Amino acid sequence: MNSLVCISKTPDTTAKISFTEDGKKFNSEGVSYIMNPYDEWYALVKAIEVKEKLGGEVHVVNVGPASNDIIIRKALAIGADKAFRVDKDPESSEDVSAQVAAFASDKGYDIIFTGKETIDHNGSEVGAMLAQHMSLPFVSYASDMEADEGSANVTRDVEGGTQTVKVSYPFVVSAAKGLAEQRIPNMRGIMMAKRKPLEVVQPVDASSHLAIQKFELPAEKTGVTMIDENNMDELVRLLHEEAKVI
Amino acid sequence: MVLVYAEHQDGRFKKAAFEATTFARKSAEALGSGVTAVVFGDVEEAGALGESGADKVLKVDVGSIAEADNAMACDILHQIAEKVNARLVVLNHSSFGKSVAGRLAVKSNSGLVSGVVEPVSSGNNGYIAKKSVFSGKAYATYEIESDMGIVTLMRNAIPVDRSGSAVEVENVDVDVPDSRLEIISSDVKKGEVPLPEAELVVSAGRGMKDPSNWDIIEELADALGAATACSRPVADADWRPHHEHVGQTGVAIRPNLYIAIGISGAIQHLAGVNNSKVIVVINKDPEAPFFKAADYGVCADLFDVVPRLTEAVKKFKS
Ligand SMILES: Cc1cc2nc3c(=O)[nH]c(=O)nc-3n(C[C@H](O)[C@H](O)[C@H](O)COP(=O)(O)OP(=O)(O)OC[C@H]3O[C@@H](n4cnc5c(N)ncnc54)[C@H](O)[C@@H]3O)c2cc1C
Ligand SMILES: Nc1ncnc2c1ncn2[C@@H]1O[C@H](COP(=O)(O)O)[C@@H](O)[C@H]1O
Repeated sequence: MNSLVCISKTPDTTAKISFTEDGKKFNSEGVSYIMNPYDEWYALVKAIEVKEKLGGEVHVVNVGPASNDIIIRKALAIGADKAFRVDKDPESSEDVSAQVAAFASDKGYDIIFTGKETIDHNGSEVGAMLAQHMSLPFVSYASDMEADEGSANVTRDVEGGTQTVKVSYPFVVSAAKGLAEQRIPNMRGIMMAKRKPLEVVQPVDASSHLAIQKFELPAEKTGVTMIDENNMDELVRLLHEEAKVI
Repeated sequence: MVLVYAEHQDGRFKKAAFEATTFARKSAEALGSGVTAVVFGDVEEAGALGESGADKVLKVDVGSIAEADNAMACDILHQIAEKVNARLVVLNHSSFGKSVAGRLAVKSNSGLVSGVVEPVSSGNNGYIAKKSVFSGKAYATYEIESDMGIVTLMRNAIPVDRSGSAVEVENVDVDVPDSRLEIISSDVKKGEVPLPEAELVVSAGRGMKDPSNWDIIEELADALGAATACSRPVADADWRPHHEHVGQTGVAIRPNLYIAIGISGAIQHLAGVNNSKVIVVINKDPEAPFFKAADYGVCADLFDVVPRLTEAVKKFKS
């Protein structure tokens, strides 16, 4: 059972969000980057669990510049066997999915994992696009998965509950909270990661249909109105008359 | 033509269906076009989408598998988009909509903007769409430069308009591909408003001390008719179910009212809730960062204040 895990890089969750003066680009000055939590905590660890149960290998792929290698090494330290980096700063989800599809098409992976979404772009797009490129079933927002020989039962989060589906290999799955438990790389893993292969792959031509017009920050709150703890009637009145939400 | 997919649960439209149709109407006006809505399977009074601006409702005769199998749904929607010559396809930013949108974008070679918060307008080279990014910490506006555009609409982004009248429902014939999935089971709470759709949310954090203290939260939520949510450590400790976890790595919500009780307001928590229209914070620490993001604040012990607030709500309602 061989798996491929798509990993992406996102600004640290505490990063201050700001944009360049023309509003066209994220201002990365002073920002530190992490592996997208859904990819690291759930997708990658689940792939490793599948390998521990059924054998095979776990590969990871990232579409990005050489500066992403540090995040890719972390995935190797957590337990991936081999890594690939498609050497291109991607323009869009369309670009990422086209690159990963071109890379994976002749590799015969049984399961391709993505995260539920990237916490910066919040697209939740790449998994579905990739599945369409490769003509594979796509099971989205998996919070539980029982992988066996031949097929897997995947429980996916839907509005107000869950749904369990049975799917045969190969397929694409996107990882949501609950799919696995976060693993922290240990010293041995970190040492071993240095010797594991990280191969650079050349990108293919891919088109994009989106042009960024501008990024902007939401309007700031004007300030909080404090209410006396003994006067909850006043809070209810304000919510009704001033805020008009109840 | 603007094509909008209307979601339903067991034959009854979700609020999201009317949101998406209202949004499609507003976008269609800006683009100088009409609105065709499409439903999968049997829906009670499907023509009611006309109230939100659909000119026509198309019904596809497929079972619930088409909602679970995004490949099948994509194939069907693609056929309909071609049939009605769609310029824009509108889906909800839901587990269904998000799973289909990316497929449809690839299949139809179209640009996709997911999580849009304002109606689409026309630009120099295509369609202008504004979406939420960085878990609600910012917005991005894109121009979609393809013949057809696809968007998924964020929940609670626009108010529902149902001032129109019902329209006719037409059956539409499509080729339904075989499914490569099999539904084993479904566990969806009936009659309960799913958290992302809730207009009022009562949320609590580690300040609650113990899961057994949650009855005061549930009583307040009941009095208001609100859904309940929680911070991440609370869900991680299994004090509350995971689907209640809101924030950057949980559910992102934008209700009209978010009441945060015993939650400090860490940046990762705020990321998923700060687009709420009105935020009330109850915390005993005057320095809690959440007060900076709040509209109304009560600085006191939650075990005293929450029952008092519940009483005040009950009094107001009666
Ligand atoms: C990568 C990453 C992702 C994360 N994602 C999320 C996320 O999606 N969602 C999320 O919530 N967190 C997330 N976190 C965790 C986040 O950083 C905070 O640790 C968490 O939100 C704190 O939860 P809390 O406010 O319930 O608890 P605490 O920070 O412990 O706050 C408890 C609050 O309760 C108040 N309090 C205590 N007793 C009382 C009382 N009797 N009456 C009134 N007030 C009282 C205290 O003053 C305090 O402000 C993430 C962290 C990381 C690193
Ligand atoms: N540059 C990238 N390289 C590899 N995988 C990516 C990249 N960007 C996104 N992904 C994958 O696609 C998932 C969803 O991303 P998105 O559609 O941007 O929300 C992520 O969780 C990753 O698994």
